[in-house]
Amino acid sequence: MTEHIVLQNVYKTFSKKNHSETVALEDVSLSIKRGEFISLLGPSGCGKSTLLNIIAGLEKETSGQVLINGSPITGPGNDRIVVFQESGLFPWMTVLENVMYGLLIKKVPKEEAKMRAMNWIQKVHLGKFADRSPHELSGGMKQRVAIARALVMDPEILLMDEPFAALDEQTRMVLHQELETLWRETGKTVIFVTHNIREAVVLSDRIVLMKTRPGGIKNIFSVQAARPRNSSDSILNYLETRILSELEQEMEKVLKEELGSDYALKKDRLHIDPHNNLGSDI
Amino acid sequence: MILIIIWEAISKLQLFPAFMWPPLLFPNEPGGVTVFKTFISGIASGQLLEATGASLLRLIIGFIIAVVIGLLLGLLIYKYKVVDDTLGFFVTSLQAIPNIVWLPLAILWFGLGVGSVLFIVILGAAISVTITSSAAFKGVNPLLIRVAQTMGSSGWHLFRTVIFKASIPQLIAGLRIAWALAWRAVLAGELLGGGGGGLGTLLDLGRSIQAMDLIFSIMIIIGIIGSLIDNIVFVRLEKFVFRKWGISST
Repeated sequence: MTEHIVLQNVYKTFSKKNHSETVALEDVSLSIKRGEFISLLGPSGCGKSTLLNIIAGLEKETSGQVLINGSPITGPGNDRIVVFQESGLFPWMTVLENVMYGLLIKKVPKEEAKMRAMNWIQKVHLGKFADRSPHELSGGMKQRVAIARALVMDPEILLMDEPFAALDEQTRMVLHQELETLWRETGKTVIFVTHNIREAVVLSDRIVLMKTRPGGIKNIFSVQAARPRNSSDSILNYLETRILSELEQEMEKVLKEELGSDYALKKDRLHIDPHNNLGSDI
Repeated sequence: MILIIIWEAISKLQLFPAFMWPPLLFPNEPGGVTVFKTFISGIASGQLLEATGASLLRLIIGFIIAVVIGLLLGLLIYKYKVVDDTLGFFVTSLQAIPNIVWLPLAILWFGLGVGSVLFIVILGAAISVTITSSAAFKGVNPLLIRVAQTMGSSGWHLFRTVIFKASIPQLIAGLRIAWALAWRAVLAGELLGGGGGGLGTLLDLGRSIQAMDLIFSIMIIIGIIGSLIDNIVFVRLEKFVFRKWGISST
């Protein structure tokens, strides 16, 4: 397996109105192999979506470099397709037209585009709904269409920005299995942004745990469990607990900043209260 | 129905002379005028129809030109910040001026004729279309734009296939308002003397010969045309688009 995506010392800062700067990403370096399924996991505000958007070419890094197949990215391109949290289907088009949209941009002849689109619509089990409008579909079905629309383009890289976050638990579990199957069939490189530990553990080869303020990489975990994944696998459960304990530190950091320094996430810890400092000032 | 009975009653009571309050259906003296009779004979002689045709033609020409100009300006305002800061602001302040106010200026520039009427029609409707279209383009869900961009769409293709399509529901609402403005402008322009042969001109004629029956006939036509276009064209168009776009209409 070769290096597919390489991030070198990527920084991203946003300037605020009062001329101060927020560091969204600090010194992110990461290399992703071809065909790897990698998750970016972290609490909100850790810059995971920003990182995804930079790889997608929708945002520009402040400094550093992002290389794909050894060459820097210049903007959005159809070798990298993004599936967003909301499906973002075009409401004036039918399911079929939505899936065909990208192919027609690629100047694929209409008949062939239609065939390839139908093929993918059937792969996500929506063959019966090809002529429906997006507003007639449920949330899970919309995400299926969004996945079909992305994969029909045959991108090298599939970028997923919390694609299942708005779905109910049952639908999400089904889509996890289907996504894993599709990924194994197609061998795409997948970058999957999520705040759901379970989801990351079940799907990924590697999990990049991100930290907040400033955003960046905290730790990287490899998931060495057999595929197809079985959600009761003890390796997965163990990993989930480990990641959760690391994530808790991050959560506490965020909560302390938001709610005050005397906040403690765990109630059984030594409580440090600045107003009642246990008599050390006597 | 009740209104018609009350109307007839007031006319029959002779509270006002017949030229000010003509009966609708039944003449007050044998062979006298009624609105209904004038309406029918006006249509039969072609006088009313001709005038209606002339006014409608002006409306349609003016409206189409206004929509084209309005969409172009809306696009420019959406696309370029400079245009938004300059022209956008200017257009919004122009909107505060009722378009009939431009008529004296139009008469000076284009003379007393069809040109002046078209000018105020286009001006009023174009301003309205510009404002609604630029707002509609700016209000397109950024998610849809991002999706299209990652698929490789950009520039004119992005505008044509996504931004324009996504703003169609708002654009239609804008066109409906612009159309009503244009219809008013046509009649006001004709009434105040720009361009002969239209319904407005006929109204002015009715006033000068004190033919209230004629004036009422014309008002009926204006009302009918107004509600026909609104109901048949715009309400249907809106319903169709709302259904297709999946917006639940209330």
